[in-house]
Amino acid sequence: MNVTQVSLFLENKPGHLQSALKVLADEKINILTLTIAEVSDFGIVRMIVNNPEKAVHALKENRFTCSTTDVLAIELTDEAGSLLAALDTFSKRQLNIEYMYAFTEKRGDKAVMIFRFDDIDAAKKALQEEGYNIVKKIDIVGD
Amino acid sequence: MFNKDYEAMPREKLKELQFERLKWSITHAYNNNKFYKTTFDNAGFSPDKFKSIDDMKHVPFLMKQDMRENSPFGLFATPMDKVVRIHSSSGTTGNATVVGYTKGDIGVWSEVMARTIAAAGGNEKDIVQVAYGYGLFTGGLGAHYGAETLGATVIPISGGNTERQLMLIKDFGTTILACTPSYAINMADFVATKMPDYDFKKTNLKAGVFGAEPWTESMRKEIETRMGIKAYDIYGLSEVIGPGVSCECSEQSGLHVFEDHFYVEVIDPETGEVLPEGEKGEIVYTSLTKEACPVIRYRSRDITRIYYDACKCGRTLVKMEKVTGRTDDMIIIRGVNVFPMQIESILMDIEGTEPHYQIILDRKGALDDVEIMVEVNEKIFSDELSQMQKLTSQIQQRFRSVLGISAKVTLVEPSTIERSLGKAKRVIDRRDM
Repeated sequence: MNVTQVSLFLENKPGHLQSALKVLADEKINILTLTIAEVSDFGIVRMIVNNPEKAVHALKENRFTCSTTDVLAIELTDEAGSLLAALDTFSKRQLNIEYMYAFTEKRGDKAVMIFRFDDIDAAKKALQEEGYNIVKKIDIVGD
Repeated sequence: MFNKDYEAMPREKLKELQFERLKWSITHAYNNNKFYKTTFDNAGFSPDKFKSIDDMKHVPFLMKQDMRENSPFGLFATPMDKVVRIHSSSGTTGNATVVGYTKGDIGVWSEVMARTIAAAGGNEKDIVQVAYGYGLFTGGLGAHYGAETLGATVIPISGGNTERQLMLIKDFGTTILACTPSYAINMADFVATKMPDYDFKKTNLKAGVFGAEPWTESMRKEIETRMGIKAYDIYGLSEVIGPGVSCECSEQSGLHVFEDHFYVEVIDPETGEVLPEGEKGEIVYTSLTKEACPVIRYRSRDITRIYYDACKCGRTLVKMEKVTGRTDDMIIIRGVNVFPMQIESILMDIEGTEPHYQIILDRKGALDDVEIMVEVNEKIFSDELSQMQKLTSQIQQRFRSVLGISAKVTLVEPSTIERSLGKAKRVIDRRDM
């Protein structure tokens, strides 16, 4: 039920993101969503791809530093206030978000967001109890 | 203890012995070698002026440069028909230096190496695998003769072929490994990545005598944990004899110098003044018994300190601290003397692994600007930005507290820092001085 995110270390310099993406393109790896957290010297690219194992393998072969992280993909109603409601639930259940980002495509009439919690198991349990739909890996990544 | 009479000799008696032997060695060099004669004469020193050990300070130094300029045999003090062996250093900082040994010298060398292996817990029952290179380099043959003199069984496998090394450790029941510390780590890495069924704990390996390059306490811990052995530091330099100049004992708290064969002083590298006991400086060696290639006040450029303590092992020999750097590697940053080894230990302590790094020195106005580039490997990478920033600030803080220097820490991608064959270029100095 966890989604595997690929995290990649890059220096904040022209051409660096490009050369990493070229490695993925050459391997025909499709990026479903991507976000970058950056400071002045470097950035961390976080992405959901259709084949994380292959992506990590290819990146490492090309001497990039990367790792995988388990994150949760949670369905939210696509309307005003639904993210706020989710956050209310998180604070009620004392769940701490490290970071989050969204999928560009909708799933039916729902929006999907990726959350990185500091305690993923606690988050999963709490959110299921609260009636949230945690999207299964297979639904997002396909095959 | 292999030779208790000498290794545990009362200090007073040892001092007398040293004086007698120093007098012999200085006279031998003066009478039988042109270079020494000229140098002593020019300095207004002659062996008959040597009345007590304190007179050592009047004896001129022998520099690395002198060894090179008199290469290959200009510093020999016996005719070639007495010389039975030649060794040569790889010459990392210029030309190779060449040294020779008489039969007697080989005997001394074998003895001090036997003592070294015994200090690491070895005896005639042990099986010693010598994975130092055999050849012109002193490591292989030095350890080999020492182990034989001790009466142990020698496996003269030499360096390289890691898989075979590991198989022999298992099949022959090797108990003591002799190699460089980095090669020991290399063996552990090989097991971790390529031999999942291999377990060091199931072999008879109990100790390692590691030397020929400087290494840190963190590296010791890593080797001891991963191989399940005790790792002992051994030290030597071919100019003085090869490995066997000093070694750690069971206490692992400094290296005992075999003072019945080598006289040591620590000097201020700038002024050449002898420093009081316990102060850090450049260690200087004088051979007491060497025939073919005596060294008189040889400036090793290795930085350490020496001290006398009542060692629990029973040896009365002076101890030297693990060598932390060389005067040639020393860099002065904002007036602080810094050795690349210190930087390595800081990084090792923080990350438990030694990443590739490079220091870039630049001058901004009147101030030295220090940037440390650290390659991000998988062990230190995190998907959380806050963790990565914590890492850089941790490195910065350790630098401030250990070295008193504030530096900018830049994390870079793997393979960004240029690797040269052999020694990595750790410092780029762009300061225009």
